[in-house]
Amino acid sequence: MSEVIDRPASGEDAAARSRLKIIDCDIHPSLHSKADLNPFLPKRWQEHLKTFGDHLRTPYIGTTPYPRSSPLIARRDAWPPTGGPPGSDLDFMRRQHLDPLDIEFGILQVLDMFIFSQQNLEFGAAIQRAVNEWQLAHWTSREPRLKAAILVGQDDAAGAVAEIERCAKTGQYLQVNVSPRANEPLGRRRYWPIYACAQELGLPLGIHVGGYGGHAPTAGGWPSYYAEEHQSNAHSMAATLTSLVLEGVPERFPRLKIVFIEGGFGWISSTMWRMDQHFERFRAEVQHLTRRPSEYVRQHFWFTTQPIDEPDEARHLRSLIEWVGVDRLLFSSDYPHWDFDDPRFAFRTPLSELERTKIFNSNARALYKL
Amino acid sequence: MAATRIDCDIHPAVGGTRTTLLPYLDDHWKEQVVSRAIDDLDLTSYPPHMPLSGRPDWRPKNGKSGKPGSDLAMVQRGAFDQLGASHAICNVLYGAQAVYDPYMAAAFCKAINDWIATEWLSRDRRLRASIVIPLQAADLAIEEIERRAGDNRFVSVLVLAQGENLLGRRHYWPVWQAAEKHQLPVAIHAGSQYRYAPSSVGWPSYRYEYYLAEAQAFQAQLLSLIYEGVFLKFPKLKVVLMESGVTWLPAFMWRANKTWRGVRVEVPWVDREPASIMRDHIRLTMQPFDAPPDAASVAEIIDMIGSDRMFLFSSDYPHWQFDGDDPIPPNLPPNIVSRMCADNPLETFPRLSLAA
Amino acid sequence: MTRHIVARTTDIPPGGNKVVTLDGRDIVVFHVNGEFFALLNRCPHAGAPLDKAACVARLTSPEPGVYQRSRIGELLRCAWHGWEFDMRNGQSWFDPKRVKVRTYPVVIEDGETLAKGPYVAETFPVHVENSYVIVET
Repeated sequence: MSEVIDRPASGEDAAARSRLKIIDCDIHPSLHSKADLNPFLPKRWQEHLKTFGDHLRTPYIGTTPYPRSSPLIARRDAWPPTGGPPGSDLDFMRRQHLDPLDIEFGILQVLDMFIFSQQNLEFGAAIQRAVNEWQLAHWTSREPRLKAAILVGQDDAAGAVAEIERCAKTGQYLQVNVSPRANEPLGRRRYWPIYACAQELGLPLGIHVGGYGGHAPTAGGWPSYYAEEHQSNAHSMAATLTSLVLEGVPERFPRLKIVFIEGGFGWISSTMWRMDQHFERFRAEVQHLTRRPSEYVRQHFWFTTQPIDEPDEARHLRSLIEWVGVDRLLFSSDYPHWDFDDPRFAFRTPLSELERTKIFNSNARALYKL
Repeated sequence: MAATRIDCDIHPAVGGTRTTLLPYLDDHWKEQVVSRAIDDLDLTSYPPHMPLSGRPDWRPKNGKSGKPGSDLAMVQRGAFDQLGASHAICNVLYGAQAVYDPYMAAAFCKAINDWIATEWLSRDRRLRASIVIPLQAADLAIEEIERRAGDNRFVSVLVLAQGENLLGRRHYWPVWQAAEKHQLPVAIHAGSQYRYAPSSVGWPSYRYEYYLAEAQAFQAQLLSLIYEGVFLKFPKLKVVLMESGVTWLPAFMWRANKTWRGVRVEVPWVDREPASIMRDHIRLTMQPFDAPPDAASVAEIIDMIGSDRMFLFSSDYPHWQFDGDDPIPPNLPPNIVSRMCADNPLETFPRLSLAA
Repeated sequence: MTRHIVARTTDIPPGGNKVVTLDGRDIVVFHVNGEFFALLNRCPHAGAPLDKAACVARLTSPEPGVYQRSRIGELLRCAWHGWEFDMRNGQSWFDPKRVKVRTYPVVIEDGETLAKGPYVAETFPVHVENSYVIVET
């Protein structure tokens, strides 16, 4: 037998020791097919869905021009044996993910249908309502561990507010979701009615990577490779953070809690340092800010942990965690995507019992009032 | 004069096309510029009156007008006398690169390079410069490089961080080939041609917001250069990031490594980890540094980066990045400080060692 | 060494695999080009099941745009994070030029002085006898 070099098993032992129940802040359920939405769509939009379909700022109807490294961006073992795409079968999700990993709660982030990026705003409004209802009917009403978010197309602020209010009445949703790749940076005024509404209702604002906002993934143009485009998601999150802070969203909506989902957290500390470094020089431009930018980040923003950084040395991961602050972090798996983080193995650095509890459970529990 | 402290990033300022550059245009462009009033190519990235663009004590005063960096004597007093450089590399940010007409861009770039050579490099032997090039047309950019290649006072090639296409793309390769041939590192400097929104999420409201987004722009350029295989094609090429910020580098390296390990099949010519390629081929000027608030964290960042060769002394004169007379960011480990002032710049810009 | 009969050769079609439990461990047996390889069915990176990995060619390239394929089907791209492993020796293959990676634990094989990638998947000797597949643990 060859000599085996294996990753340290300490994560697994520690979880077993403490029997920690995990709150997973990023799980992706899938439609079997678009027709699944028909029960939640008026006839007109059922027709539209079949015929004109999506209208997105991207060259292909059914796929991305940056092909992913595995089919449907998924783990190859996440295809349910009963058929259907990864994430489409609740029983399989229970057997593969929720049960064995002791998931106490999982927060759904629906990416299907590109709610946030539909150019036809009426169609988008119909689809978002259907998806929001589908979450309850197919997922959260059947599985109490799963929690739904209100997905809204942010570029129609009035329509978004109406949908938020409609969904909030049910008491069945714990977050409002928008996309970072919107028509404009999310700090801009046109989106403020959404934030006012979310704040009023006491719902956190969730921002999950992705979307077709019509802008190139980089300031220098369009990359050639998925390898580049994948990493541009972290850049989008950094730009979104600066927009929200600098436009004064936390200043103006101090009770709004903002969650960044699937951006990882390695980039946050240097972004805070950079914002603070240049604050004095540009302060006259942003006179509405009453605090240093990093203070807003530490008090109003949370960040899910996946994809976790993998520095060569464990102590460097420890530093990243300390720089952003344990209180800011929310464990997420990104199940069933290929770059998913397994809660047993993802944190390759020692964490105290309290830190582990915060990251894997109590931070999210408090934030989402679970 | 001994090269003890090489300031790799200072900014002499062009007063105007119809003024400063006019003598360096041919008759056709002279007439175009004058009769059509073509002027004012100060980039949106750096409005001259905004605080970052010029520290108050580096702005002309006492009846003297002019942009910060436009007066040679002031620049000499600042960069050399006050800030202690022995030599300095001039990176002109007047936006000739950003016009769309490739021939106009080429003519203006040539004029800038002629101007800097005549009125700056020839008047102070401590000065060197980057060649400003028109990337609108690769062949015209190569022409400009070849034109300067014999003048050892030009030590690098200058491009902006936000251009028309990502710099790794194939159609730029002949330009990098020419740069490698003449031992000219490619200096990517902060600044935008505004062909795209300055970030993937759209157009920023504030210049502050724009400036913060520059860090991501540089990162995207590094990914492009690495994944397109530029350093495989041109193994002697070095790329210098100027005014990019530094502390974003470690987490960026790790994310690149992590992504590459899983998606390597997309770019199989990338034969080692992106971070390893960066340590060999990428250098960064140290202003701004974007420091963490404590000394231990600064040391940690340097340790995370994992190389003492990547750092280059710079003041970014006359941009207002620091107060006082010391451009060296505080709390740097001594071995970093000692390498960054002369050893690293000499290694990065080989032509600094040539007789000028 | 214990010898376990895990399958008939016809049980595992070319390009396919079979997972068996031996001594309490899940072991995956692959059939590629008439040969059989056995590995612990757990990726050393983060525990993914290797039986769901994609079986691909060894892919190298001398320059951008040129794709060199060899050892078709003998490399595994892990089902989760896509790391590539050589079925023959379990070696991770994201570092084909074997450049030493800083601070990783290094495996030095007999007679070899170059460092390989940081993770090795556990392998087991496999023999075919009388159209039975035998795995030794």
